[in-house]
Amino acid sequence: MNLNATLFAQLVVFFILAGFTMKFVWPPIMKALDERAQKIADGLAAADKAKTDLAHAEKKATEELRKARESAAEFRSGAEKQAAQLVEEARNDATRIIAAAREAAETEAASASQRAKEALREHVAQLAVAGAEKILRKEINVAAHAELLTQLKSEL
Amino acid sequence: MSSGTEHAPAAGDYIVHHLTHLTSTGHKQASVIDWSVFNVDTLFWSVSMGLLAVFLLMKAAKSATSGVPGRFQAAVEILVEMVESQSKNIVHGDRSFIAPVALTVFMWVLFMNAMDFLPVDSLPRIGEMFGIHYQRVVPTADLNGTLGMSLGVLLLCIYYNIKIKGFGGWVHELFTAPFGNHPLLYPINFAMQMIEFTAKTVSHGMRLFGNMYAGELVFMLIALMGSTATVAGFFGHVVAGSIWAVFHILIVVLQAFIFMMLTLVYIGQAHEAH
Repeated sequence: MNLNATLFAQLVVFFILAGFTMKFVWPPIMKALDERAQKIADGLAAADKAKTDLAHAEKKATEELRKARESAAEFRSGAEKQAAQLVEEARNDATRIIAAAREAAETEAASASQRAKEALREHVAQLAVAGAEKILRKEINVAAHAELLTQLKSEL
Repeated sequence: MSSGTEHAPAAGDYIVHHLTHLTSTGHKQASVIDWSVFNVDTLFWSVSMGLLAVFLLMKAAKSATSGVPGRFQAAVEILVEMVESQSKNIVHGDRSFIAPVALTVFMWVLFMNAMDFLPVDSLPRIGEMFGIHYQRVVPTADLNGTLGMSLGVLLLCIYYNIKIKGFGGWVHELFTAPFGNHPLLYPINFAMQMIEFTAKTVSHGMRLFGNMYAGELVFMLIALMGSTATVAGFFGHVVAGSIWAVFHILIVVLQAFIFMMLTLVYIGQAHEAH
């Protein structure tokens, strides 16, 4: 427990060691620590940004998908409408054609029936003349009674 | 010196021998205070431990990168961060010298204290082989070692007092704090300030010295138990020595930490105006 000059030597050593530490130990370590803290901060910021970007991209993708689905639906409904229209047109055409055909057939039938009637009238007139000839048992001048016969024909 | 030697010394002689410094004069210091004497053992081990501590720190500082640290670098960084955060909390001002001082003090005191872990007889015994008959290996168990450092802290306190408050401001504070600015109070204030500085410095050095001196002494007493070379003494040495060594791990680190914290607190007080 004696005091001696060791005390002052120790005092000097204290300042030398402290000065050495201040000059050669403390700055590089603090620099490394600060740099690493900066790096970590940058990394965290980058990660945050990546997360935001990802969320953004996902949102965009969903939007695109929704748009695509919408336009597909639109195309489909357009096509269906067009098809329906085509069918409708075809049906109209068919109706028209059928109507025309029926009309033509009716006209044809009417004219045929007319012709048949004419022929029948002719025949009936001849039969009437022949009948009258047989009934009168006398000669009738066809030419003289043509007007009468024609009148008869039209009356049939 | 201990068990096994033919001329086993008496217990008192053993202790006294172990508590005698290797002085520059070659024999035991006669008076309590003698400024012409150096304790060569204290100086040698304190400088060695200081260089070892600074060398290890510098090794870490040289290879320090901002990339992924190795285990050694990480350990030093944890230490540096601890000192940095403590100094930031305690000292408000420029810490470009104070924080390194705290780190140096912690590492240096830790290493000097750790010399206590070596078996009490090992280094003195080796010294004896080379003709060195007295040696104490724990520099912090020498009052000169610890008071030397606490005096350094006192000088730093005075330096920062003058730097922060100006010489006039500091002198003004010496006479007006803590009781107030009144001519009648000047002498009392000044006396209180002187007592405060003295008490801080002496208690700072004495605390560390007392802890390490007592620790060393207990190790010697335990070694004495073993030196009886009986079964009870052997087991007593093993059990007590283990317990005390484990407990001493706490004391060594705790005292180094306390010494560092008080250094910061005292320097921090120099930064604060009353």
